[in-house]
Amino acid sequence: MKLVLSFLRGRRIYALILLLAVFVIGVEIVRPGTVTPLWTSNTILFAAPLAIMAGGQTLVMLTGGIDLSVASVATGAAYLLATNASSGSATAIGLSLLVGIIVGLINGIGVALLRVQPLVMTLGTGLMTGGVLIVYSQHMMASQPHVPDIIQTLGAGRVFGLVPIDLFLWLIIAALILFGLQRTGFGRLLYAVGDNREACHLAGVRVWRVLFANYLLCAILAAIAGLVVVGGTNAADLSLADSYLLPSVACVVIGGTSIFGGRGGYAGTIIGALILTVLTGLLTLLDVSEPIKQILYGAIILSLAAAYARLTE
Amino acid sequence: MTDAAARNTGSPWRALARAGRFLGMPLLLAASLAATVAVHPDFGSFEIQSLALGALPLALAAAAQAIVVISGGIDLSIGSMIAVSNVLSASLMQHADFRQSLALSIVVLIAGAGQGLLNGLVVAFSRIPDVVATLTTGFIWGGVALLILERPGGGAPAAYLNIGAGADFWPWLPNALVVMIAAIAAIWLPIRLSRIGLLIYAAGSDPVAAFRSGVNVMRARTIAYVFSGIACAVGGMALTMTTGIGAPLAGAYYTLSSVAAVVIGGVSLAGGRGGMVGPVIAALLLTLAPMVLVFLGIDPNYGQVIQGTLIVLVVMIAGLFAFLQERK
Amino acid sequence: MNDAPPLLHIRGVAKTFGAVRALRSADLEVRAGEAHALMGANGAGKSTLVKIITGVFSADAGEMTLAGQPVAFRSPAEARRAGIVSVYQDPAIVPDLTVAQNMRLARVPTDKVKAAMRDLGVERIDLRTVARDVDFALLRLIDLARALASDPRILMLDEITAALPADLSERVFKVVRDFRSRGASVIFISHRMAEIAMLCDRATVLRDGVTVGVTPTKGAEETIVNLMLGSDVAKATTAPAARPETAHGGPALEVKDLSYGHALRGVSFRVNRGEVLGVAALEGQGQEELFDCIAGVRRADAGEVRAEGHVLKLRHPADAIRAGLVLVPANRLVSLLPQRSVQENVALAAFGRLRSWGPIAVGEERRRVDMAVRKLQIDTRAAAEVRRLSGGNMQKVVIARWIAAGFKTLLCFDPTRGIDIGTKKQIYALMREIADQGLSVLLFTSELPEIRLACDRAIVLFGGRISGEMPAAEADEARLLRAAHGLIHAEAAALA
Repeated sequence: MKLVLSFLRGRRIYALILLLAVFVIGVEIVRPGTVTPLWTSNTILFAAPLAIMAGGQTLVMLTGGIDLSVASVATGAAYLLATNASSGSATAIGLSLLVGIIVGLINGIGVALLRVQPLVMTLGTGLMTGGVLIVYSQHMMASQPHVPDIIQTLGAGRVFGLVPIDLFLWLIIAALILFGLQRTGFGRLLYAVGDNREACHLAGVRVWRVLFANYLLCAILAAIAGLVVVGGTNAADLSLADSYLLPSVACVVIGGTSIFGGRGGYAGTIIGALILTVLTGLLTLLDVSEPIKQILYGAIILSLAAAYARLTE
Repeated sequence: MTDAAARNTGSPWRALARAGRFLGMPLLLAASLAATVAVHPDFGSFEIQSLALGALPLALAAAAQAIVVISGGIDLSIGSMIAVSNVLSASLMQHADFRQSLALSIVVLIAGAGQGLLNGLVVAFSRIPDVVATLTTGFIWGGVALLILERPGGGAPAAYLNIGAGADFWPWLPNALVVMIAAIAAIWLPIRLSRIGLLIYAAGSDPVAAFRSGVNVMRARTIAYVFSGIACAVGGMALTMTTGIGAPLAGAYYTLSSVAAVVIGGVSLAGGRGGMVGPVIAALLLTLAPMVLVFLGIDPNYGQVIQGTLIVLVVMIAGLFAFLQERK
Repeated sequence: MNDAPPLLHIRGVAKTFGAVRALRSADLEVRAGEAHALMGANGAGKSTLVKIITGVFSADAGEMTLAGQPVAFRSPAEARRAGIVSVYQDPAIVPDLTVAQNMRLARVPTDKVKAAMRDLGVERIDLRTVARDVDFALLRLIDLARALASDPRILMLDEITAALPADLSERVFKVVRDFRSRGASVIFISHRMAEIAMLCDRATVLRDGVTVGVTPTKGAEETIVNLMLGSDVAKATTAPAARPETAHGGPALEVKDLSYGHALRGVSFRVNRGEVLGVAALEGQGQEELFDCIAGVRRADAGEVRAEGHVLKLRHPADAIRAGLVLVPANRLVSLLPQRSVQENVALAAFGRLRSWGPIAVGEERRRVDMAVRKLQIDTRAAAEVRRLSGGNMQKVVIARWIAAGFKTLLCFDPTRGIDIGTKKQIYALMREIADQGLSVLLFTSELPEIRLACDRAIVLFGGRISGEMPAAEADEARLLRAAHGLIHAEAAALA
């Protein structure tokens, strides 16, 4: 047993994959016959937007920060898309991404330039964005909100009826993030800044640039995630992505990135996103009320995070 | 080189900052009230009562958050804890008379302390950072609230609901304000004036130095979370008083706003510094802002935007000041 | 000297942290009324042993007895109750509480603390001052006073005089001697041989987590050094003769009328190519500000800095680095990334420019890093996370960073503070090698004897001004000290 633990300690990703397997088996046990190619396809379909949002969150947490505005940005991007679809897909998509860019810029200015704590800053911008959306929704009663076809395909479409299209987007983004973190100067700097900001300063790095770009990137990824979500649901809803906030942080933490920065990566986050999505599915299969599901979800995340913290001691 | 903290004692910025910290919030409140009266001359004792009553739950949430932040942590489950005690009190007291409702209040307080204890134990023993831990426990408490009351409902005896209403002592001293001050004082003063308070401030200021000085840092922080739970319990009951019912989803607003109130109120998120006065006044200000909007005839939907923007602006300006000072 | 039975007896203590074995078998025996030195190179396990004794960690193996009773403390509070108190380099003082509140925290009676503070000569401090606003050196003394006030049986002092001005160090010694004469014991950790010889009766030497010897301190310097190094490495390196100034090239670095607040008041000097220029100064004479200004960490109020003849606009360390001026600070933790690998740490300086944000040329980076690591003989056993390295190796990583990145002038601020002798000699040899290659070194060291060994020339700072300048051959301790106290007026600053 000790041998297994010490092996897992060294190769955390295997521990995570093992955990994922455990949950998948759990699903099969609770309702035999559930785990089918279609089920797998669905799981990936739903995990993709979470993983994209969590990608941005990973980047931010590597530098020792956090972004609590991602849910509002995703919702905002989704809402803007749905209500501007009549102006043409390109315009609508452009506006959605603009939400991410603007919020990302504000976050960047606050955190990178003015040294505001990321928690407070993003809390504020999240509130602000949500508030702007409320006002916007009041004034936007004109056209019937609908989602452009291209986004619908992205969010809900499948190739050969099986492979979700959003998987391709996810794979591209994942490849970029993984490569970026491992093999680019920017990636190195994220780890470095998260580990010791002062050391970077003394080594001649202009830290504010790194953080600024980082928060901008995170918000843009959140906007993209919002587009994928709304593509799947085809509705305009002011609380569309609210339920993504906790999971976006949770899969990064479970995936092995330290919230204090300087350690971790996206690979773990990917598995974390899959784990959480399977977990949600598992809870849906159980014959319990919504509140109990919520409690169980939270309790399991807590246990995973705690177990993870122990494992990495 | 860059290890020792800057020690420019006697710099004028420092003196200004120190003066600002003491007088800043009360002055700001006075200025805001004056501006409000200017905008809406009818602003009288009734409006003051509404303000105090409306701000009561937020003030308690701010107090709860302040205690935890001073101890070096943060509590993102405050909104959910308020929701739990809100629905708990509303469902328990629905068919009770006044005396029973008071007794039931104690039950709610104990439940709140229990929630706080759980929060504290998770943060202390699971080694999960408090942001993640309380974000998750908040989710769990949210589920608990839904479990108690799936839909808004419940109630409480009229006498109970009227505790915070009106102004029995003086037209300009709302009962709600009295309750606010009394409740927060009852929770905070025992801490502040005892050794526990010393331990909490020490744990927040420098946990390593505190540990080496013989302080049990984890115990101090757990106690802080327990008190936060108690304050949230009172906050939830206050919400029952203001709204008359229990609503399981009512808490969301309070988490973010409690952090805002704490930050605006001058309590450092790094821990070890600050007091109750700032956050409580900030809670009043945050509640006043939407009222002023209504007076000005602005669409109340702008409320959240204004609040969010207010937080963002305040922290950015504070950051700017610190940034400029550091450049010297 | 003292035949009393041992008060504290430790045998075979071991402690492992993950993959690192900090202690393998440590023994220590302290008698009542004794001042006992604990010595060893960085990474030998001294601070781990101390932390086990004072309850911060628990040992994996071994036994500890106090006055004959077996003990195993699980917290500093427990150790304190048993009469073992320690004072570390960073004072265990909470910054946002007042001095008085800090005393209450540790539950020490205020009158005893005041008495101890009087002995240390710091009684004039207002106890109601917030600790953050108190001078760092004074905080160390307050920490010590607090420890003394709890009447411990064993007092542990970890590098207490590091970064303390000479007069305060004197007071500390006197108080410690008085304390000892009352029958209590002191465990003293320090790298300064002179202090140890003066203050302690015996010394225990640790090497690689094992106790390798116990010896009375009188006249035992060579023995101790040999025990620490494990061989006669100590004798191997001697400083080569300093070169005459004419052998050097033109100025690599020129500083003219540099001023910064009250700390620097118009400092001018130059460092020639191929030269090692030493800076000597007492505590707080402006040397820190001087180095920071040249390295772009602080912005000077007036004056200019020239590198290779060009005037520099220094607003950020990147500006200095681009001009070839690189800084090695005293505290290596400030410039290292603790959780990252040796490779990432050494390569860090390559990522200052925006265009370096793209894909990394892995092969090239590997080459450069390996070259630097080899040159500095860095022990890369714990290469995965730099924080697992010993202090000496950590400092080498910092220097390796600059070797890999390339530079013109190396600004070393007390680089060997708190580092074992073997590594010290390696670093000084490296500086000589750097100078021989035509580059330059500006070196500040708090240990005056090293100026003569390591440098070609020396300048002395006093009160923010240059108070002396001399070739290394003349830079004996006496002359340096006189200039450092401002007793020799600046020799005609024939620099320009």
